[in-house]
Amino acid sequence: MTEQLLVARDLRRSFTSGGRHVLALDGVSLTIAPGETLGLVGGSGCGKSTLARVLTRLMAPEAGSIAFMGEDWLALDGARLRAARRQMQMVFQDPLAAFNPRATVGGVIADALRIHAVVPRAERPKEVARLVERVGLPSDLLGRSIREISGGQRQRVAIARAISVRPRLVILDEAVSALDVSVRGRILELLVGLQRETGVGYLFVSHDLAVVRAVSHRIAVMAAGRIVEEGPAARVIAAPSSDVLIDLIGAVPRLNRNPRS
Amino acid sequence: MTVLASIADLAVTYRRAPQPALTGVSLDIEAGEILAIIGESGSGKSTLARAIAGLLPERTSVAGHLAWPGLDGAPRAGRDIGYVFQDPGSSLNPVLAIGEQAGEGARRHLGLDRRAADAEAVRLLARVHLPEPERIARAYPHQLSGGQRQRVAIAAAIAARPRLLIADEVTSALDVLVQAAIVELLVELVRADGMTLVFVTHDLALASGIADRVAMMAGGRLVELGPTSEVVGMPKAAETAALVAAHIDLATPPLIGEAS
Repeated sequence: MTEQLLVARDLRRSFTSGGRHVLALDGVSLTIAPGETLGLVGGSGCGKSTLARVLTRLMAPEAGSIAFMGEDWLALDGARLRAARRQMQMVFQDPLAAFNPRATVGGVIADALRIHAVVPRAERPKEVARLVERVGLPSDLLGRSIREISGGQRQRVAIARAISVRPRLVILDEAVSALDVSVRGRILELLVGLQRETGVGYLFVSHDLAVVRAVSHRIAVMAAGRIVEEGPAARVIAAPSSDVLIDLIGAVPRLNRNPRS
Repeated sequence: MTVLASIADLAVTYRRAPQPALTGVSLDIEAGEILAIIGESGSGKSTLARAIAGLLPERTSVAGHLAWPGLDGAPRAGRDIGYVFQDPGSSLNPVLAIGEQAGEGARRHLGLDRRAADAEAVRLLARVHLPEPERIARAYPHQLSGGQRQRVAIAAAIAARPRLLIADEVTSALDVLVQAAIVELLVELVRADGMTLVFVTHDLALASGIADRVAMMAGGRLVELGPTSEVVGMPKAAETAALVAAHIDLATPPLIGEAS
């Protein structure tokens, strides 16, 4: 057993919404090993996006601990936090909101390489070209504005930016949910291929159980701020124990060759 | 089968667009059928739906013919055709009570007075299975969940008892659990009232569970049209075959090997 990449223990976080107190995270614990994908599924409002935000430190938990690469992730600050942030990247559903709207495709990736000093300055253009090619984008896109390209292309740029700094963990929050089905397949293959090459770990957050199953080694199911079941992907889906997973399995659309027969 | 609408050689070009959004689309919509219009982003599927409903923006160039042999004359939007949009957060009026929006079609098109329309709104909200319809009629859109708002939009769309209901990507902003319930509701309503349903989606699997026929759009053209079982089981167009191949469900082999 290798050392865990990420160990979260008993995370708690609540919100007040419309005068009601909502426990978005009610004692969540999870681990992710190097080279492993943990799929996190649940319906809207179950707390899965809050968990992604707490793990990436976009939001502070009220209680609990997170160890990332053996360090107390919540206690890091200053230069050590900046250095550690390089190792944990994130990709969201709508990459447009995550980019400087005036940036170009090449500029977005070059900025990440510059900020984290991944390669010497002279090698930056070559590295940008390599990354753009790796995510399957044509090189003539480099000078284009991030707003002029399609949603699928933009999601590839977001992935190229995330992997450019050679992180150990990438948190993907509904990263393929808004994409066309044909583009989605290629992005999933890209993510799996990158994991084989680099040993990166993924937390793959989605409401789409079929997609989660296709890419995850283990699956955790969330409902009402808790992880209600967790285990190897095939086993969890073959023998669901929680109501929410049974419902999620039932809601996966199947290609029906004989409708209503 | 009687033909409700007959579309011949339809071409649509938006103002200032370099390329037409639709070219040479010919298609009959049969009365009482569930027709799925499938396609990826930019395929023209929503343009086709909007052209059928007469909802294209002004100064859009439209060529070809659209006839309504199943209606007495041209359809009136909101009366003969109900339209449900993807995002009920922006299609519902944020400052109007839910009951007024659900009953507006009945007041305007069926000539109901205020009180009768209010009662009709509560009945419609119950028909789309919203809990406590009297209370919801007095609520505002922001007080409801996304799935509940979409149910309100459906109630408003069927208020004037249209012959044709067009559902344009109505589930893509919703999570899978809510999505399944909304699709079930649409089928229940159109079957009960004998409505025709045009179900626009990028999700072939979702459509295959309910549609009688599938129209596959790609690059602004209708590339395949046929009974759902034939289109899904033996796709003829390359674009349809690609969609079938890209489908992921719980029987799809995982992309990763066994956990080490």
